Amino acid sequence: MISRVYVAQKNKDVREGLYKKSWASLGLKGKISNIQIIDSYLIEHSLGHDSLIKIGEALTNPILEEYSINLIPSGKKSTYLIEIGYKPGVTDNVAHTVKETITDLLHLPHNSNLNVFSSKVFLINGNITNSDAKAIALSLHNPLIESSYITSSQEIEKKRNLPLKVPEVILGKHTPVIKISLNVSDDELVRIGREGVQDPETGGRRGPLALDLDSMKTIREYFIKLQRDPTDIELESLAQTWSEHCKHTIFASAIDDVKEGLYKTYIKGATNIIRMKKGKDDFCVSVFSDNAGGIAFDDEYLITHKVETHNSPSALDPYGGAITGIVGVNRDCIGFGLGAKPVANTYGFCLGQPSDKRKFYKAANFKQEMLSPRRIMDGVIRGINTGGNCSGIPTLSGFIKFDDRFRAKPLVFAGTVGLIPTKINGKPSYEKSAKPGDYIVVVGGRVGLDGIHGATFSSVVMDSNSPATAVQIGDPITQKKLSDAIVKEARAMDLYNSITDNGAGGISCSVAEMAKECGGAKVNLEKVPLKYPGLRPWEIWISESQERMTLAIPPKKWEVFNTLMKRRGVEATVIGEFTDSGKCIVSYGGKNIMDMELDFLHNGYPKKHLQTTPYLYSYPDPKLPKGISRTKVLEDLLSNNNIGSYSFVSEQYDHEVQASSVLKPLSGPGRINTDAQVFKPVLSSNKGVVISAALFPSYSDINTYDMAAGSLDTAVRNAVAAGAKLSHLAILDNFCWCSSYDKKRLAELLDSLKACYDAAVAYGTPFISGKDSMFNDFSGFNEKGKPIKISIPPTLLISAISVMPDLHKTISPEFKSPGDIVYLLGETKDELGASEYFKMLGSLGSNVPKVDYKKNLKTYKALEDAIEHNLIESSLSVTSGGLGIAIAKACVGGMLGTKINLEGDSSIDVKLFSESQGRILVSVSPQNIKKFEKLITGIAFNRLGTVSKDGKVSISSGKNKVVDTNIKKLHGLYHKFSESMK
Amino acid sequence: MKLNRKPKIIIMSGYGLNCEEETKFAFEKAGGQADIVHLNDLIASPAILKEYDILAFPGGFAYGDDTGSGKAYANKFKNHLSKELTEFLTRDTLVIGICNGFQITTSLGILPGALTFNSGGKYLDRWVDLKVEGKSPWLTGIKTISVPIAHGEGQYTISAKDYKNLKKNKQIAFTYTKGNICKFQNLKANPNGSMHDIAGVLAYNGRVLGLMPHPERAMFSHQSPMWQKNKKMITSEWGDGILIFKNAINYFRNKN
Repeated sequence: MISRVYVAQKNKDVREGLYKKSWASLGLKGKISNIQIIDSYLIEHSLGHDSLIKIGEALTNPILEEYSINLIPSGKKSTYLIEIGYKPGVTDNVAHTVKETITDLLHLPHNSNLNVFSSKVFLINGNITNSDAKAIALSLHNPLIESSYITSSQEIEKKRNLPLKVPEVILGKHTPVIKISLNVSDDELVRIGREGVQDPETGGRRGPLALDLDSMKTIREYFIKLQRDPTDIELESLAQTWSEHCKHTIFASAIDDVKEGLYKTYIKGATNIIRMKKGKDDFCVSVFSDNAGGIAFDDEYLITHKVETHNSPSALDPYGGAITGIVGVNRDCIGFGLGAKPVANTYGFCLGQPSDKRKFYKAANFKQEMLSPRRIMDGVIRGINTGGNCSGIPTLSGFIKFDDRFRAKPLVFAGTVGLIPTKINGKPSYEKSAKPGDYIVVVGGRVGLDGIHGATFSSVVMDSNSPATAVQIGDPITQKKLSDAIVKEARAMDLYNSITDNGAGGISCSVAEMAKECGGAKVNLEKVPLKYPGLRPWEIWISESQERMTLAIPPKKWEVFNTLMKRRGVEATVIGEFTDSGKCIVSYGGKNIMDMELDFLHNGYPKKHLQTTPYLYSYPDPKLPKGISRTKVLEDLLSNNNIGSYSFVSEQYDHEVQASSVLKPLSGPGRINTDAQVFKPVLSSNKGVVISAALFPSYSDINTYDMAAGSLDTAVRNAVAAGAKLSHLAILDNFCWCSSYDKKRLAELLDSLKACYDAAVAYGTPFISGKDSMFNDFSGFNEKGKPIKISIPPTLLISAISVMPDLHKTISPEFKSPGDIVYLLGETKDELGASEYFKMLGSLGSNVPKVDYKKNLKTYKALEDAIEHNLIESSLSVTSGGLGIAIAKACVGGMLGTKINLEGDSSIDVKLFSESQGRILVSVSPQNIKKFEKLITGIAFNRLGTVSKDGKVSISSGKNKVVDTNIKKLHGLYHKFSESMK
Repeated sequence: MKLNRKPKIIIMSGYGLNCEEETKFAFEKAGGQADIVHLNDLIASPAILKEYDILAFPGGFAYGDDTGSGKAYANKFKNHLSKELTEFLTRDTLVIGICNGFQITTSLGILPGALTFNSGGKYLDRWVDLKVEGKSPWLTGIKTISVPIAHGEGQYTISAKDYKNLKKNKQIAFTYTKGNICKFQNLKANPNGSMHDIAGVLAYNGRVLGLMPHPERAMFSHQSPMWQKNKKMITSEWGDGILIFKNAINYFRNKN
């Protein structure tokens, strides 16, 4: 039997106003008089009416809500009803909870034939047409994963119930395994690589393998030697393992005369030399070899960090993409060593301008419209909100950057810092190894069609072939249960030998990866728990369904492990065993359907030798404003959404859970966004962890060496300004590139890697982990139906993590007290190229900021010293917008004025808006200035003026007053964008 | 009877509750001995509840707030542990529900009222100032206190009739007020539209406390947004929030 339980709000529903506001942008302002939002639970069951009443009561808080069964509550009058539910097979978290509640309430067996499907019902009353209702429905759901049902009031009145039909996944009967002949033309090989295996039943292609002709030919050779054709699962498996996403082939290949490739030469190369120089002061513990990088925290603990990107899925489904991004990187943390506990989340968004209304299409004839930048922004913000807040991990650090070119693909960064005891049960926690004979155990969620071809999809351009199944929805609570059971219990009980995350490529990658530790694996795919029947073996093998980890468990520990998991509501299943056969063997239906040597799987891909061609970009300087006043310029820049506040994001993310907060995302009475954050991961220790991040995509328009150097310099400077120690600071790289086989783009990449090496070695800050996403391009059609290609600007995010011995030394960026003396540390040069100022004026110029590593290092060490001696009241890293903006932010943060005089011969535009690296704006209490100035002799500095309580912000250059404004006005402008997004 | 041992606290966990570790730390720093116990373990051995003096429902996101915050966890608790909870409350014990724990305790029916969506429609993390209204062992000696909130469903709702009783019986623990933090950051006093500015309520003669704000996130002085500004004047490592936990411990220490 199928029934519906409706739960409606009794009192005024705050969501009504929010939806009215949101729908006003659809041209429905004033047309909607009221909205009633009802939760519907469609239940497939064999229960009596009494049981349904019990269920209704359990789902209702009688003070707030009322329920009805098979009867839409007859509230106010309505003209249209819209129901939004999930498409068949899509993760429905609410329904899972309801099913659990009912099972527990009625003491049903866990395998009862009970099914629940949740949906939201909107009863809308107003002067609207059917097409208005359609527009509203479209704004409420993403057709890739959700379905909508619209009906008019006459229809509602007839039955007062919605259809009693469940959204079931019906998969046709398939041949489980097919063989693929590679004895075909090169053209066909290319097509298989690009569009996928041809399905014998439908004739359609199964989705991108992202294998080029060279790779396809190598695979053909291998199977000729074996004297057989590959199966579909073997081909899919190779595609996953060899994907750019998994093997980072561009970073691994020789390029020009760099024989060892970019990663080994410049990233690992830098870390190796830094660790060697540090000798006994080396704080790196586990670098590049695990799911995250690990460094020493103190004698007892390590901290880990990892930053991921989730760009391609976020382009298709921003909410699902971002939530799986953050819970996915949490699993990298849980998968570090024997399992680290997530203690902080970070995020970052690079997006198209939210005001951009241009339409783009993936397919010709105005088909497959791309989501608008505003929709993507709202979705990714909400995704990190759900993923982070529900997991009980503070979301501390983040940023949003806007550029029209991020319409190609939005960049969604998600990072997690972890904490793990250095030793567990007397053994190093950061070492692990599956042993032959260990069970292969999968824990967590079940496998469905969601997330098929995610890894290969992210390794190609987005176009009309982009697979809808690449989208997944995360379930943070399933993962929280899993995380707690592993990290807080099973880990200490010594129940497993190895653990890793199921991310890109699903179990095909995690099992193959762990098989390297012992030398082989044998999997029986029929054992893998499924969400619904009918999946083909290759789909089970590569599905990226979320919230799963793979463990190696000795058979004698399995019972204890499984009992613990059952008690924590976590599903665990043995799907095979690790071996030392040298092979990865997969069976299904009693037959081996995959049988390949591990060595070929991991190392068989053809080596490439990439070539670059030189590039040179230069733009004229823009026309500068006349006169000497720059008040208006400063105010305009401050309200620019690349500079102003994004407090509307920071304050909707829980950044204080775990009670670890020290320097928060928003600081001071004026609540400015901080560039670095400090937290206390061990409550009984006064050591602090400092995290920061930086990126300058616009600098790539002129030079990628300077872009990368600037990102690294700024990430380090942001951290040091808050109190970090350079001697205990590590960094992470996230390259997001475009058209990465283009020789110019490769030249730009090579340049940026050189900068990474130079800067990291100069500062002694080792890389400990990294990730790349190389194809952030869009190929499609514009509003006129003309073909277009959009590529993101080459972007490098550098994240920094440092340990400070005493968190009480933390310095926040805002001015503190009237009378304090304001200093600028570092040198200001004529470096307005690609600055926010020049971008606003419409031409980029050419003098992009260059980093002087030697001088900056001296500055940072002097600042560290001054902070150590308690001589600094405030410390703000000068970044986008230059010194003028830094002064404005320090004033807004402290809600204090300042009187500044900028000396020197350079132009007022340079003084105020040049983005020269290596500079910090600090304030010092008058009683400390002697000691302070003595400490900073030997570095470039300027005494600029004083902090004032009159709220006036006045900046002069020599005799001329160039900025004259006040703190109230600046505060309003700084928060303008954020307020408009609330 | 005065305890001649450390008061024992049971802190619930599981299904997405997530503030159990810092709540344990706060209770132990205050002088108690705290155990974190998974709901399923308590269901398996309900008798252990007899060993404890204080029952704490910490903050978190039990069941992801699906079907309404606190509801699913409370349903499961009620379904298996109703009798034990009643017994626990008939002894001279204390109960606290913080944030999601408050939502759970109202859903359990041991505290009046209910929590619904914030008036701003979004999850919100910020600091608030609280004024103590009622009388409770948890609140001894506290007049005002500044602590953070972080929730999406924190709007306290109560019928006019129940509010009258609440007021009469001095069951309002805290109201949101415009104090130091609100003045410092120019924030409105009531962050979520709660009726009558109610931030926390009491029952069972003040022995059961439920509140949306998180005192454990204000246990250290450096957690306050005003710490950076006032750093030089602050001498104690401890913040306002620890007082609530100390009061609970002292209740058992000072009993005659």
